[in-house]
Amino acid sequence: MAEKSKVAFYWCASCGGCEEAMVDLAEDILQVVEKAEFVLWPVAMDFKREDVENLKDEEILVTFINGAVRTSEQEEMVRLLRKKSKILIAFGACAYTGGVPGLANCYSREEILNFYYKSGDTVFNPEDKKPTPHFIEGNFAFEIPEFYGRVYAVDQVVDVDYYIPGCAPTRKVVKNAIDALFSSQLPQKGSILGASSKSLCNECPLNETKPEKIYVKKFKRVDKTQPEPDKCLLIQGYPCLGPVTRGGCEALCVKANYPCTGCFGPLDDVKDYGAKAVSFLASIIDSNDEKEIEKIIDEGLSNPLAIVYRYSLPKSLIFDTKIKKNGG
Amino acid sequence: MNNNNNKFEPKILGIFCNWCTYLAADLAGVSRMDYPANIRIVRTMCSGRVDPQFIFWGFKNGADGILIGGCHPGDCHYIEGNYKTLRRYLLLKRVLKEIGINEKRLRLEWISASEGEKLQRVVREFTEEIRSLGPITEDRAFKLNLIEHKK
Ligand code: SF4
Ligand code: SF4
Ligand code: SF4
Repeated sequence: MAEKSKVAFYWCASCGGCEEAMVDLAEDILQVVEKAEFVLWPVAMDFKREDVENLKDEEILVTFINGAVRTSEQEEMVRLLRKKSKILIAFGACAYTGGVPGLANCYSREEILNFYYKSGDTVFNPEDKKPTPHFIEGNFAFEIPEFYGRVYAVDQVVDVDYYIPGCAPTRKVVKNAIDALFSSQLPQKGSILGASSKSLCNECPLNETKPEKIYVKKFKRVDKTQPEPDKCLLIQGYPCLGPVTRGGCEALCVKANYPCTGCFGPLDDVKDYGAKAVSFLASIIDSNDEKEIEKIIDEGLSNPLAIVYRYSLPKSLIFDTKIKKNGG
Repeated sequence: MNNNNNKFEPKILGIFCNWCTYLAADLAGVSRMDYPANIRIVRTMCSGRVDPQFIFWGFKNGADGILIGGCHPGDCHYIEGNYKTLRRYLLLKRVLKEIGINEKRLRLEWISASEGEKLQRVVREFTEEIRSLGPITEDRAFKLNLIEHKK
């Protein structure tokens, strides 16, 4: 009997949703299990770091990493898994472009630690304790991972072979991706697996109602007003990012009457998703008057950064840099 | 990179539209109106061609300030390219501010082909303003993400 291929899953700065996406494969996963032997999967199985360390280099066929990198432990694990794997895949928006945790790159580490250990409304910490890598409590000394000054996408830490987009990737996307991986010919290095190469609008059921030219006088928010059904959300004034987002999810959010927030990331040849989203959203504003344009932006697109970079701030052109080895 | 502002010579990137501001720069040149040599000019066919990605790329690669020059409203060679520029510029400035780049580092000016003097004045003013802001590496975004990020 042929030996099974070794597969690993690992999570970094992750919400668990990507793990859930793997489990959601349900019977499809049996197909994977038939072909694969898991060597690491912290959420589901009891393997330890030593188990990975004891493997030969490149002994693992495929490693899937979800979550962004923010701590020294995550960096070490990602480097170790890179060394032990033939193919390394960034799984989900956080691993691919930094994801929601990446929005923290607007704040310094001190501001974040201060909020969570001191000034936050629900914090009770009279002794003013904060996590530090070497922590002494009574007779005990603890080593805890270091919390880095910013969040990194996985390819800012190690070389990544493929990306699976989505927050989280949908079942169909994961299945397509796995099929592509186990097919006779491997996709080109750097490919986005499982998704479409066209924009989301192409597969959106409301695309038929979308006119050639769109003008918006006022941007709306779903938490304030309810969209009409069966009409492109963008022409109703909801900042739907479908036109600049990679398809593949089958317009999941739009079908739930929620504008696309861009979790599948940029289309081919776009280097900076947020910049593209700025360009697109601004160009549909229906005014040529500076004061009026400002009003439309400030009323409807307040905190635009979280709109255009919800999933990709660490990979914005300005921040796109590799992690510095051994302390910056 | 120290805070020695006497020594600091800002690098300014100018992205000028072929039909107006670029010609104004030409005019300023042939009329021997001098303006600071800090500016490096790139020509685009229309200010509407200025993709926000260019702006981020410019800042990432060492521009301390970026000046976009286009035709006056109503005068765009392609009818409404400059209105798109205006909208993008206004949204982009807000995003820059949130990212932690001083939004004054980006400026948009309408300068027609005959306004060599305006070009001279704007480039002088902008260079001085950026000089007073200091190098872009002093901005929060750079400090948080590109300089002190690990440790
Ligand atoms: S990509 Fe989304 S689902 Fe996956 S870990 Fe990140 S936040 Fe969670
Ligand atoms: S609702 Fe959004 S995704 Fe659908 S057609 Fe309109 S803009 Fe595109
Ligand atoms: S509609 Fe947009 S945000 Fe929603 S799953 Fe699809 S790509 Fe992601």
